[in-house]
Amino acid sequence: MKLPMVNNKKTDPTDIGRRQFMKSGAAMVTVTLAPGVTIMAYGGSAESQANPATRWGLLIDVNKCTKDCDECVTACSKENGWQDTGNPETDAQWIRKIDLLNPETGLEQSLAVMCQHCEDAPCVDVCPTGASFKRPDGIVLVDKHTCIGCRYCMMACPYKARSFIHEPVTDQKPYAPRGKGTVEGCTLCVHRVDVGGTPACVEACNTTGNGAMIFGNLNDPESEIAIQLATYASSAIRSDLGLNPGVRYQNL
Amino acid sequence: MQRFLTAFWIALLAFGNSANAQDSDLFPDIPKALYELETPHPDDIRINHMNYLRHDRDATVRLGDRGIEFSLKSCIDCHAVRGPDTSFVTIESDRYFCKACHISVGINIDCFQCHNSRPEAVDFSGLFEADASGVLKAYLEEISQ
Amino acid sequence: MAKTMFSEVKSTPQFWGTLVILGAFVGAAAMSVLYIEKYGHIVTGMNNQIVWGLPHVFAIFLIVAASGALNVASIESVFGKADYKPASRLSSVLAIALLMGGLAALVLDLGRADRLIIAMTKYNFRSIFAWNVLLYTGFIGVVAVYLYMQMARGIPAIWLRSAGIAAFIWRLALTTGTGSIFGWLVARSAYDAAIMAPLFISMSFSFGLAMFMLVSTCTKRLTGQGFNDVLRLRMARLLGVFAAVVLYFTAVQHLSNMYVAEHWNVVKFILLNGGIYTQLFWIGQVILGGIVPMAILFHPSLARKTKPLMAAVLLIILGGFAQLYVIVIGGQAFPLDMFPGLEVSSSFFDGVINSYTPSIYEWALGLGAVALAFIITGIAIKILRILPEATSE
Repeated sequence: MKLPMVNNKKTDPTDIGRRQFMKSGAAMVTVTLAPGVTIMAYGGSAESQANPATRWGLLIDVNKCTKDCDECVTACSKENGWQDTGNPETDAQWIRKIDLLNPETGLEQSLAVMCQHCEDAPCVDVCPTGASFKRPDGIVLVDKHTCIGCRYCMMACPYKARSFIHEPVTDQKPYAPRGKGTVEGCTLCVHRVDVGGTPACVEACNTTGNGAMIFGNLNDPESEIAIQLATYASSAIRSDLGLNPGVRYQNL
Repeated sequence: MQRFLTAFWIALLAFGNSANAQDSDLFPDIPKALYELETPHPDDIRINHMNYLRHDRDATVRLGDRGIEFSLKSCIDCHAVRGPDTSFVTIESDRYFCKACHISVGINIDCFQCHNSRPEAVDFSGLFEADASGVLKAYLEEISQ
Repeated sequence: MAKTMFSEVKSTPQFWGTLVILGAFVGAAAMSVLYIEKYGHIVTGMNNQIVWGLPHVFAIFLIVAASGALNVASIESVFGKADYKPASRLSSVLAIALLMGGLAALVLDLGRADRLIIAMTKYNFRSIFAWNVLLYTGFIGVVAVYLYMQMARGIPAIWLRSAGIAAFIWRLALTTGTGSIFGWLVARSAYDAAIMAPLFISMSFSFGLAMFMLVSTCTKRLTGQGFNDVLRLRMARLLGVFAAVVLYFTAVQHLSNMYVAEHWNVVKFILLNGGIYTQLFWIGQVILGGIVPMAILFHPSLARKTKPLMAAVLLIILGGFAQLYVIVIGGQAFPLDMFPGLEVSSSFFDGVINSYTPSIYEWALGLGAVALAFIITGIAIKILRILPEATSE
């Protein structure tokens, strides 16, 4: 029997023949033909890629972000599958609430801090293998396939936004793989953003929280986030470093 | 020995009569997929799956391409194997799809140190239950053995 | 001056016994690595605050000392001091061995040590860490060629000198790179200073020469082969100068940080109220690792006697560990200053002094790396003509 499909060499990824039968994507159709035999067809959505003209960002209004609320943290943990295992020093935290007190004036504030998705991210610069990288649309991620677990990015990050996975992990979320010995951090819920969604923290903040977070495209002057930034004063944490973070704060 | 076996299987799959190869006692007992694809392509996938997965994972992780052809997630969804309790087994089980071949060729894979080896919580058992007939139930029992 | 004759060392029970003891340390390190690999870094003292721990202190010490250990050979072939020749081969061997030990500790502590091949094949050239991978492996190659030039017959003097100069320049680049791992961390106020590179170079001169004197004295005791006391005294005086230079750069480092208001808190932490780090700094590095050994090394008669001299050498080595512990761990123990002037608190240890207690596995890994460096040196002097013959003095 001849096997026309067999090809030991590296195949051209744009080979049309193969592309037809296994388009994975949002929609999936299964048809039961006979008991035990089902045909599965993947109807991929139109091919999408991170758009270099886009720069995703967050705007957090510190006045609305109250001390007692941690809906964003809970939502992120649930969405991405990181949790409290009873070892606070080694547990991962992709997003956390920080309480501030100005000892001079007595002003108390509270805000959510996660990966700030810097334009000039120190973690990207220092990563020896290039596992820490910035997508064309400005989202800073760890490619866990090439992360060797050296933790230099954790040394370099000014925001303490990265965590090292200290223990074996099981039962991960399928869209948020994570495993022992690699570094991780906020992905800006890239799996949601890529299909037109918003990050889980923003969604939670706007439904059960105080509506303190706006997600959007900083490069689109029509977007709500860009209008807010153009209208009201905002700042970035440690703006003195000149990293141009994608996460901005109002009333900080 | 492991290296030899790997070469042996690839040679058999690529150039031999695949029907004969699969009849051999040495051929691993590969669990059946839950669904059939519109175009069957097992020989190609057996030989090139790692290259396809590597190429497409980079497209997704690095460029955010969600319309890729080969995602580990869809492999896992379709090649899930049910254990005796009809729930899907994990990579810990020797019945796990990837393990059937990978044990016999002695190649260690580390995909599942990070990726969940089971399909998404929304599994496809519902599709079967929806029009559950006696035949389907029998089939479920059969594959769970 | 008589021509120096080199030979392989003889097999003695003491020699092999020492290798066996060192081998036990390496074995313990190997078991620790497997244990950490299986259960994850949770079994170590490291955490999300102190991300680099004791293995990194050992690794950086060995890497820094490696480049410094080469100085003895450089003095001979680059700076033309012929009386250092009996010591020059051991200098090159020790440089390679210490670097291998340091690299072993570094890569075996990786979260995914199994992915070493990725570290060797994928480079991000914006990363000083990636450059260091190349500088370290290149150093081994350059020094190996240099060692060959030192040992081969009929090599023209200009070749030897060129190889020596190449190795010397390479080692300066290597230590600059190692210091810059910290110096270029803009986020952390304890680091973020260009002086880290020259500070590390001065440390390498001091720690490297101290390690060389320790090893050469031990091998002379074990094998009877080595160089004479006149050369040793010259090295002792030189070591005293190097120790002084380290103290000088340390003083400049802290003085210039004091002047920067935003760094004042971290200077205060290290120098005044940092608990263990303050003690390690003043007692470990400055007094026991600096002033006391300097007093011995410059003393007219003490520096000539083996026991006080070895005490001074060991104090410099231990002081060097203390210094690196303060730099690596102390620098991370001090919290990131994300909101200057504000008091911060969170469930993720923001704004608090972080604690770190090294586990037995980290000690085992670090000491195993040191033992590995000594084993490599031992094997080299056994199979190659590294040490001068006992009669040739």
